[in-house]
Order: sequence, then C-alpha cells, then structure tokens
Amino acid sequence: MPEIRNFTLNFGPAHPAAHGVLRLVLEMDGEVIQRADPHVGLLHRGTEKLAESKPYNQSIGYMDRLDYVSMMCNEHGYVLALEKMLGIEAPIRAQYIRTMFDEITRILNHLLWIGAHGLDVGAMTMFLYAFREREDLMDVYEAVSGARLHATYYRPGGVYRDIPDVMPLHEKSKWHSDADIKRLNDNRGGSVLDFIEDFTNRFPKCVDEYETLLTDNRIWKQRLVDIGIVSPERALQLGLTGAMLRGSGVEWDLRKKQPYAMYDQLDFDIPVGTNGDSYDRYLVRMEEFRQSNKIIKQCVDWLRANPGPVMHDDHKITPPKREDMKGDMEALIHHFKLATEGYCLPEGEAYAAIEHPKGEFGCYVVSDGANKPYRLKVRAPGFAHMSAMDELTKGHMLADVVTVIGTMDIVFGEVDR
Amino acid sequence: MSNSLQALSAHLTGALASKLLKAEIALNELTVEIAPQDLIEVSTFLRDDEACSFEQLTDVCGVDYLSYGDSEWDVGGSGFTRGVKREFSFDDSELDADKPEFEGKRFAVVSHLLSVKNNQRIRVKTFCDDNEFPLIDSVTEIWSSANWFEREAFDLFGIMFNGHPDLRRILTDYGFSGHPFRKDFPLIGQVEMRYDEEQERVVYEPVSIESRTLVPRIIREDGRFTRDAENEANNTNEVEK
Repeated sequence: MPEIRNFTLNFGPAHPAAHGVLRLVLEMDGEVIQRADPHVGLLHRGTEKLAESKPYNQSIGYMDRLDYVSMMCNEHGYVLALEKMLGIEAPIRAQYIRTMFDEITRILNHLLWIGAHGLDVGAMTMFLYAFREREDLMDVYEAVSGARLHATYYRPGGVYRDIPDVMPLHEKSKWHSDADIKRLNDNRGGSVLDFIEDFTNRFPKCVDEYETLLTDNRIWKQRLVDIGIVSPERALQLGLTGAMLRGSGVEWDLRKKQPYAMYDQLDFDIPVGTNGDSYDRYLVRMEEFRQSNKIIKQCVDWLRANPGPVMHDDHKITPPKREDMKGDMEALIHHFKLATEGYCLPEGEAYAAIEHPKGEFGCYVVSDGANKPYRLKVRAPGFAHMSAMDELTKGHMLADVVTVIGTMDIVFGEVDR
Repeated sequence: MSNSLQALSAHLTGALASKLLKAEIALNELTVEIAPQDLIEVSTFLRDDEACSFEQLTDVCGVDYLSYGDSEWDVGGSGFTRGVKREFSFDDSELDADKPEFEGKRFAVVSHLLSVKNNQRIRVKTFCDDNEFPLIDSVTEIWSSANWFEREAFDLFGIMFNGHPDLRRILTDYGFSGHPFRKDFPLIGQVEMRYDEEQERVVYEPVSIESRTLVPRIIREDGRFTRDAENEANNTNEVEK
C-alpha cells in the first residue's frame, strides 16, 4: 500500500481570488485543509514608520492608502486620535459631513466586497452591478475632495472644505454621444447634496437587485452556508470585529456602543447574525447597506437645513482662510508656521477607534510633545481577521478558502500597512 | 464613562495591589503599567474577573523609547539656527559618538483590551527589563488574537515573546535582517534591491539614496496644553508606588 501523506499547496500571491497579494501555504489532506499559513507583508510599506518622520497633517494621506477601498474611514480614525490629544472637537456641521462620508465609504467598501466576493464564488454579474453604483459614489468623493480614491478630506478640526453647491457634469467626449451625456447628467443638475439624495432614493432598489441575484440563489447558498463558522466566544478571542463579530451574534458596533461623530443623534439599527457562518455575514453586510443608506439620508436632511463652519477656528491647528492671509499678518504667520512646521501635540498617548466598514479601526498615537508622532500604531481590522484564517478554514475544502477570504473582506493595504 | 473608569481603576488597585506599578486616567482612557513577570497573572485576571471581563485583545504594539523627547531643533535659546544638520552613516555609533548612552528601559509592549460585556477599554503597558534582549511573556494562551500581533512586534522591534507558539517574522521580506521600527534603524532602510541583467537575478545592495529631513522634529512648550494638563492633574487618579 502506498504511503499517504499530506501535501503542501501554494496559493497566491498572484491568485485572482487572493484579493491582492496574499500568499497562503496550505497543508492539504486530499482536498481537505489541515493547516493554513498565510504569508502576509508583501505590501508592507512601513506606513507607521513613515508617519514618524512627518508632521501630523502630512500623514493623513497615508491613511487613505491603508484600506484603499474605505479611504475616509481610515482618515477618521487617525483624525479622531489627534483631536483627542489636542483636546478639540470639529464643528457640528463637519461632524455630520464626516458621518455622511463614513457611511458613503461603508457603501463603497461593501460594494467592492460584494462584487469581489460574488466574483470569487461564481456570480460574475455582481461585480458589474456593484461597480455601477460605486462610480456614482466615487464621483461624490471627487466632487468634495478632488480625488476619486485618496481623498485626504478629513483634517484635525473638521473637514477640508464644505460640500460644494455644484455637482460637476460629464463633458462631451469622443467616447460619449450627446444622448449619453444627457442621460449621465440627468441627476447632476443640482448640488452635491441633491445628487447624494438622489442616490439614496435609488440605492435601496439596487440592494434589492443584489439580493434577488444572491440571497436565495442555490449556488450562492451552497458555497456560503456553514462555511467558516465562528462561535461568539471564539470571535472575541480571535480579535474579530465588525461584521465578522456581528455575524456570530455579538451585538457590538462602536457607532452605537462608543459613539463618535454624530452617530448618537441618528436613527439606525445594527444587524446581527445567528449562525456565524459566511452566509450570515453576507446577510449582515447586506442589511448594513440599507442602514447606511438611511443614515446618509438623515445627514443630507440635516446638512441642508444647517449651514455653518466646517473647520475649527483655532488657527494654531487649522489653516486660516486664504482671503484672510492676503490682508492679515497674524493669519499669514499661522499659515507659514503650519506649512513649515505643523503643530505640536501635547505629551501623552491616545487610542481612538471607529467602526470601520471592516471592523474596529484604531489609531494609537504616542507623542513626546513634538510636531511628529513619536509612535503611531494602526490597529487594522483585516490584520486580526487574517490571523483567524487558519481556524476558519481548517477542515474545509480547498474551494472554501476562496469563500472565507471573500467573507473576511480582506484588503492588503491595511493588513500589511 | 469617566466614573466607570475611576471605579475600574479603584477595583484594580484593590485587587492587584503591588502588581500594579501605575494606574492613570488621561483623556478618558485608563492605562495600567505592570512588571513583565506579572504579565500572565494580571492578564488572566483582567480576562476572567467579573468587573473586568476583557474578552478581547484589540491590539498589541511595541514602542521603542530610544529617542523619546529628542528634538532636532533647539528652540529654547534665542535667534535662529539651522533646523537639521546630520550626516548619514550606516554605522550609528559614528554619528552618536557624542550622544550619551540611553538609560532606562527602552522597549515597551502596549496592549489594548476591550470588554464587550462592560463596554470599556484598558491599556496595559509593560516595559521589557533588558534593552539588549527584550523578553516578555506571550499572552497567546489568554487571547488567541495575540498570536499575530506579537509576531508583528517581534518582527518590527525584535521583542521576544516567551512561550509564543510560532514566533516568525510576519511583515518584512523573507530573509530580512534587522528590526525596522527601532528608532536606530534608518528610515531609508539598509539595502535596496534591483534586477541584475548580467547575473540574471535580483541582487541586494547597500542603499544609494541619502536620508533627508524635510521638516525638523521640534518639541515646543505649548501654553494651551500645559494649562489643560494642570486641570487634568486634579482629576487624575495616580497610584505611584
């Protein structure tokens, strides 16, 4: 009788289902996984070390590049930690804008997740549908910050600028006919808020569309139900947060439990799963689509009715207005000092966490009183999720690894930092 | 929140007594400092005690205190000086010849714990005794999530975790040497990599770029914060031993 032994399979780092640069070394017994050893760090850029060599504000842009599908949420975590140390709070309008953009970001993130997860498991159409809606939201990003992805929109003390009154229109080009342009510009006639409101009105229908494609789909259920089950106790032990934790039935959401920004003023619910399998996590995220949509709607209404400043007026920390700089000596000096030196944080340390689309995103800042962080530690949810890979895939088939990667919503920008 | 933190701090002071080197509430966060030899015992207590119930280890983070409080620009005196004047060298001893040797404990391991049950957080800080060979007990037995976080701290800072099941490098490249997040590791790194056409393989060479400082590191006494600090000092519940 021939000797039967486990063999090792190398998965990735350039596998399309590896969501980036994941290298998995799988120890297989036939088609059953005995041990999964993820090799991460292929995208390690040393963000935290780089931040140590720069004034605080210059690192906001690095935060976008951590989890590069939920950019503004990363900024929010960093900015909150700085504000905590500085002892300032953003004006209420800025807080509403942040809340709205956090939720827009959540939808952006979940859209990419459902697209990629669907594609991995065999639902090609999902990807196309999800990117259709992502496009609109990225236009909103572009309208407020000038960038579709890496916005650098949040600043300590508020947001870079107020939401513009005009939504940019599509221009005629050789790729689009007049009729195309007319159709594309149909809902862009008003302000950015009008466009966002229009989006919130049609988005629930889109989520229904996704659900008709997936929720009761036989293949989808066969691939997801009972795959990667985590009990609530183990989920906490393994450091899982966000939808990974809520899918296991733990009712824990920082937006409700440790509210930041304006979440305590808004009406929304926290979906919770029961079985802790991939399918429950799918359902949780689908419901989060609807809840985020609801939050955005409330924020739009509030922002319409309440104009006001969007930046703290302490110009030792936030830059003065450009007009003021032309005539006011004090403003000019403030701007010069901010641009050349930045601001100093008081000595101490702070940890600020937010409910990122993927889980708990936290920033731990240690300051020795300088204008640069002494140590910045980014607590990325994906890192903890990735470390649970071994436990989640053990005993499953090779094809289920793809499902588990999908359900964890892994983005390597934040795992490797 | 603040009241419950006060209560937690008092509870810990009572239960752990001398094992607690320091307990401090600042910015609405409770930080406790413990000695490395007590880490396992205190961690188990923090997880299992009813009033603590810290079921989740959110984060483990290494900190290197080598250059804490160093300013690159002396702003105390009068007049203007050049911000940064520094030559680059691979051998740090050349540059720091006139610098006094670092005293005190250099490496700290900072853990953030979360209690879902009681909705509270705590920060646990432990300084490693030995600066040359920083060693500390692993808490993987208590919280599974510590596994990768400790691997990361080992990789980036060279902190050794006693009892860790699989202490390998995690973020840096295969075959990497050194611990890049230590303060004496240059930001530009030590080697650079390129594809050599003659040898038809990837080769590593010492870095050819120079390190630059764009904005000098400055520590300024800021009147606003010292005022705040005085106010806060009245609320702080310190139990220095």
